[in-house]
Amino acid sequence: MPDNKEKFEELAKVIEELKDQPGALMPVMQHAQNIFGCVSLDVQKAIAEGLGVTLSEVYGVATFYSQFKLKPAGKYLISVCLGTACYVKGSQKVLDKLSEELNIPVGDTTDDGNFTLTATRCLGACGLAPVMTINEEVYGRLTPEAIPGILAKYRE
Amino acid sequence: MENMINLTIDGVQVSAPAGSTVLEAARLANIHIPTLCYLKDVNKIGACRVCVVDVGARALQAACVYPVSEGMVVKTNTPAVRSARKTVVELLLSIHDRKCLSCVRNNNCELQDLCRDLGIEDENRFAGSVNNYEVDVSPCIVRNNNKCVLCRRCVAACQKQNVGVIGTVKRGFASAIGSPWGVKLAQTGCVGCGQCIVACPVGALKEKDSIEAVDKLLAAGKHVVIQPAPAVRAALGEEFGIPMGTSVTGKMVAAMRRLGFSKVFDVDFSADLTILEEGTELVQRLTNGGVLPMITSCSPGWIKYCETYNQDFIPNLSSCKSPHEMGGAIIKSYYAEKAGIDPRDIAVVSVMPCTAKKFEAGRDELSNDGMQNVDEVITTRELARMIRRAGIDFNSLPDEDFDSILGESTGAGVIFGTTGGVMEAALRFAYEVVTKKELKEVEFHEVRGLEGVKEAEIDLNGTKLHVAVAHGTGNAQKLLDSVRSGEKKYEFIEVMCCPGGCVTGGGQPIVKADVRAGVNVSALRAKALYDEDAGKPRRKSQDNEELKVLYSEFLGEPGSHKAHHLLHTTYRPRDKYEGIR
Repeated sequence: MPDNKEKFEELAKVIEELKDQPGALMPVMQHAQNIFGCVSLDVQKAIAEGLGVTLSEVYGVATFYSQFKLKPAGKYLISVCLGTACYVKGSQKVLDKLSEELNIPVGDTTDDGNFTLTATRCLGACGLAPVMTINEEVYGRLTPEAIPGILAKYRE
Repeated sequence: MENMINLTIDGVQVSAPAGSTVLEAARLANIHIPTLCYLKDVNKIGACRVCVVDVGARALQAACVYPVSEGMVVKTNTPAVRSARKTVVELLLSIHDRKCLSCVRNNNCELQDLCRDLGIEDENRFAGSVNNYEVDVSPCIVRNNNKCVLCRRCVAACQKQNVGVIGTVKRGFASAIGSPWGVKLAQTGCVGCGQCIVACPVGALKEKDSIEAVDKLLAAGKHVVIQPAPAVRAALGEEFGIPMGTSVTGKMVAAMRRLGFSKVFDVDFSADLTILEEGTELVQRLTNGGVLPMITSCSPGWIKYCETYNQDFIPNLSSCKSPHEMGGAIIKSYYAEKAGIDPRDIAVVSVMPCTAKKFEAGRDELSNDGMQNVDEVITTRELARMIRRAGIDFNSLPDEDFDSILGESTGAGVIFGTTGGVMEAALRFAYEVVTKKELKEVEFHEVRGLEGVKEAEIDLNGTKLHVAVAHGTGNAQKLLDSVRSGEKKYEFIEVMCCPGGCVTGGGQPIVKADVRAGVNVSALRAKALYDEDAGKPRRKSQDNEELKVLYSEFLGEPGSHKAHHLLHTTYRPRDKYEGIR
């Protein structure tokens, strides 16, 4: 992790600052996620060693709260709206199709680091329901059938 | 005088010490509130809600964590309480793998007890989705999440050991007990102590069963030698309804013979052997400026803990193999020679109070001439299963003696099974070596008992020996930290991995939480060993006659070249994160 050296130094400072506080684990993990974008294995090990807690404890907290990501976000962040209007118009099926096509559960990132799949609340584009965004790009009036074609553009 | 609190439980007036929980106070009124996640001295988190009671508050409260207060009126058996408990258990059953008939804990299961006592009639009341988990098999431990009730007793036991390689992962319906990053137990820094197994109320955790492997050895026509550890005799009787704290040495030997083993030797003999080697090593380290404090090496869970979490103390570990490994090495050399049997036709089966011994037996270092010193390790529980399977009426067996030439033992070897026992046995030897005088009063009470860390200063004719004893790796860690920081200075330390020592090892008969709440299991089983020691004609390892013959005919002196070749070993650092990726 030499390329991350500065980030780990920053994390070490945070741990040093907070380690004597009761319940330091959560705030340290939140800082870590801000620094690294996720709490990966190496980050979790550093936190466990720094705070003198077990890796089990860190991993348990990381998998309990959905705010923590175990992998860095992918190059493309796919957010599918599950707000009321989109949901009524079938966005769950769109989400399921994406999950199937990318072969990852919702909230996860593909192994190649290209795609992260998430579900969001209302994006404010109900007129185009069902809606998803891929990074800044908005896609409306989606059907599950349209998904492979859209993904293909990003896979090149 | 303790500050006492007066309250009423189910109409009974109770006076309980301040700070007691309702659960503890109820026991004083002879009311046993049902529990599941609670385990005295290990887990007290109020999570499972099986112990709910009416304390006059808005909602039912968990008795295991609710403190008593003056004038409190508690009702433990109202319709609302019974209904709530029943619902909790029915919900657990909805995701439980209910293959009770083939479960190792059948008839010794706290969930079964609850179903019976709470009058569960419909196992399928909340039938729905179930999780399907892969069973995790390590060299010592088998973890089956499909039978898990998420009580977290195993997690607490593992944390208490300062190992902490299992925890609760994920949340909601997906929450499960697991190792970090979904790796298998064998890939973690698990030391194999099995304290999780004896903490588990159900069959989610069990030892890696080696009965089939032993069956194969017996069927292959090998000369199969069996040797039980000191602590086994202190607890085996419990499996057959004999009161806790009763030593069953004679019946155990008789049962082993009836199971078809060719010879029944005693690890107590090898414990005496260990004392001569280890005591000699200690005296040499003291006189030659060796690494001090020397730390005992009998407990394989402790060895792996040291190799994994305290690598700087590896040079402090005694180079002695553990007693049963020494026994195996001697069986396949000296005994083979005397009996005129090719050592390759001999198989050694050890019966241990321990699951970590299963891993230990497979270590490359514990072999000679291309043969493992010990071929198979079974726990006390597995031995009991073999005895039951064979239809042997254990309670009616006569008392029989171990076989010569590796069957004699002294009281020093017997007490190896309890915390402080190895230290006391070593002191009985070291005293005479250093002072060249006979030790008249052989009992060292300062190293007995269940305090987490015990210390003593022993006067060896003017030379002061500073010793310490720790049981449970959690306590051992505190002790090592105090040595590392320079705060404490000792010459000799005994560590046993399991709390209470081997008598309460991870391979011993499982004692239910309700029983553990009422009796001190470690103390009772230890007493069985101390009583046996007190009744022995010889109580010092150096007085063991068969052992004297072993040295004069075969090994020469303690610490000789031959003794080193057969009875001593080496250790290696292990990375606790190596398998996690």
